[in-house]
Amino acid sequence: MLQAFAVGALVAAVCAVLSCFLVLRGWSLMGDAVSHAVLPGIVVAYAVGLPLPVGAFASGLLCATATGWIKRHTRVKEDTVMGVVFTGLFALGLVLYTKTPSELHLDHILFGNLLGIEPAQLRQTAVLSLIVLAVVIALRRTFMLATFDPSQARALGFSIRKLDTALLVLLALAIVAALQAVGIILVIAMLVTPGATAFLLVRSFDRMLVVATAIAVGSTLSGIYVSYFANASSAACIVLVQATVFVAALCFAPGKGLLRSVPPTTNFTEN
Amino acid sequence: MSPPVSNELPLTLAAQQVSVTYPNGHTALSDATFTLTGGTICALVGVNGSGKSTLFKALMGFVTPTAGRVTIADAPVREAQRKGWVAYVPQSEEVDWTFPVSVEDVVMMGRYGYMNFLRTPRPVDREAVTAAIQRVGLSDLRKRQIGELSGGQKKRVFVARALAQQGRIILLDEPFTGVDVKTEEAIVTLLRELRAEGRLILVSTHNLGSVPEFCDQVVLINRTVLACGPTAEVFTAENLSRAFGGALRHFDLSHSTVEAHDGRQVTVLTDDERPLVLGQGGHLEYRDRAAHQKLVDEREAAKTTARDV
Repeated sequence: MLQAFAVGALVAAVCAVLSCFLVLRGWSLMGDAVSHAVLPGIVVAYAVGLPLPVGAFASGLLCATATGWIKRHTRVKEDTVMGVVFTGLFALGLVLYTKTPSELHLDHILFGNLLGIEPAQLRQTAVLSLIVLAVVIALRRTFMLATFDPSQARALGFSIRKLDTALLVLLALAIVAALQAVGIILVIAMLVTPGATAFLLVRSFDRMLVVATAIAVGSTLSGIYVSYFANASSAACIVLVQATVFVAALCFAPGKGLLRSVPPTTNFTEN
Repeated sequence: MSPPVSNELPLTLAAQQVSVTYPNGHTALSDATFTLTGGTICALVGVNGSGKSTLFKALMGFVTPTAGRVTIADAPVREAQRKGWVAYVPQSEEVDWTFPVSVEDVVMMGRYGYMNFLRTPRPVDREAVTAAIQRVGLSDLRKRQIGELSGGQKKRVFVARALAQQGRIILLDEPFTGVDVKTEEAIVTLLRELRAEGRLILVSTHNLGSVPEFCDQVVLINRTVLACGPTAEVFTAENLSRAFGGALRHFDLSHSTVEAHDGRQVTVLTDDERPLVLGQGGHLEYRDRAAHQKLVDEREAAKTTARDV
């Protein structure tokens, strides 16, 4: 149980920090796409005897790069391409899974198994999470600039292509780390909801990172706690708590909530 | 105050036979050639689809020309970028105003090129940011989230960023779209100061009337450079009709009833954009002719001095 809390909190923090960038960049679907696309990688890795995270990472990244390549070479819009690529890879994974005799539990891949996590996987998840967290926090200002104003980033001589690739690699690593805890379906929520909630509550980027992380970690701990007593899926409980917090923020956010009691003050003053 | 840059060699921005063909086969610009030297405000004028924004992107190094080259101080654009010389003030429509950043956060982004990879601000960066914010008159609002500013204040945030960056070439994309006349004048005053410091200001605009008011040079674009040089020489009825084709509304006073019964007393009003007024024989009419003449004289004097030295 304590182990579950620790791993859950760590994974939540990593996903929360990344979610801030995804939400602001309009990349929310990217988390969805990459996480679904890891399935064929996991099955293939299992079949040939590679560590599962390696396969997951490779096919997740394949999805992201294939999307980018197709988008650049056709007139089809990015979200459309993404929809085709990730569902295609996910379906491929499902077919491979049924054709490969294995001891893998599809349930665990899809929905995670936080309470039954094994020590080796625990270490893997912890190390991956800490690496991704450290890199994202170190590069947060550069990523923020590339998200907010790519033109300025380019005018300063930064390579947007390299920064985008770096963010995708970090995203794929985070998804691989989170797989064990929450599964590939619900990791999508972890990669969107905390950032979206924090966006409603803050006015500065560093604070957004802190608030998103706090919300994610808080939701994870209470979600696991509730799941233990309600005897429900821990991942589902975590996501449910996150969604509840989001709705609360939507309604009660200071100054911009739907249910604010006073109209927002207009602050327009010419000096 | 950011240090004046006029004591350094004047910076030259040159486009040599620049052509840009996009991967889909569309040639947006061909054989564009012009040279600009620091201490000028130059307008880049052309209709939508004239290759104006493509040229703008090529000058900033965002697109690589398929033929020809762009140089800044005789070196590739890339080198100027690394030195932080190229500053960019985006069009308001391109900015996500809901982004959780404050005025000082945005201005600090101008300093990122000078910082280590963690982008940790040093005291010198903070000073540059404070000075830049003060110069555009936003000191009281430095902690504001950018979406909470008025149209003119929003524009000034990004001008402050270019100042904090100490850019020697400042490119502004449609700076007067959506700002009121008072703000436009405040920005023009600031740009004139920057010109006096020896910076090269390049303004992309379709707002013809404001060009003679504050730009001393013009590059006229329609798929290539049609004309470039001093505003009065480039802004002729003939050049403009080549650049704009049928896209301009003409109102010829001498052929209307206005001239006949009002003598010479005519008032021209427009709601948003300044009208461009040409006099007899196609010469430019300035709102403040004396001030314009003074500027021209000063520039001539400066040129003569430079030649004598």
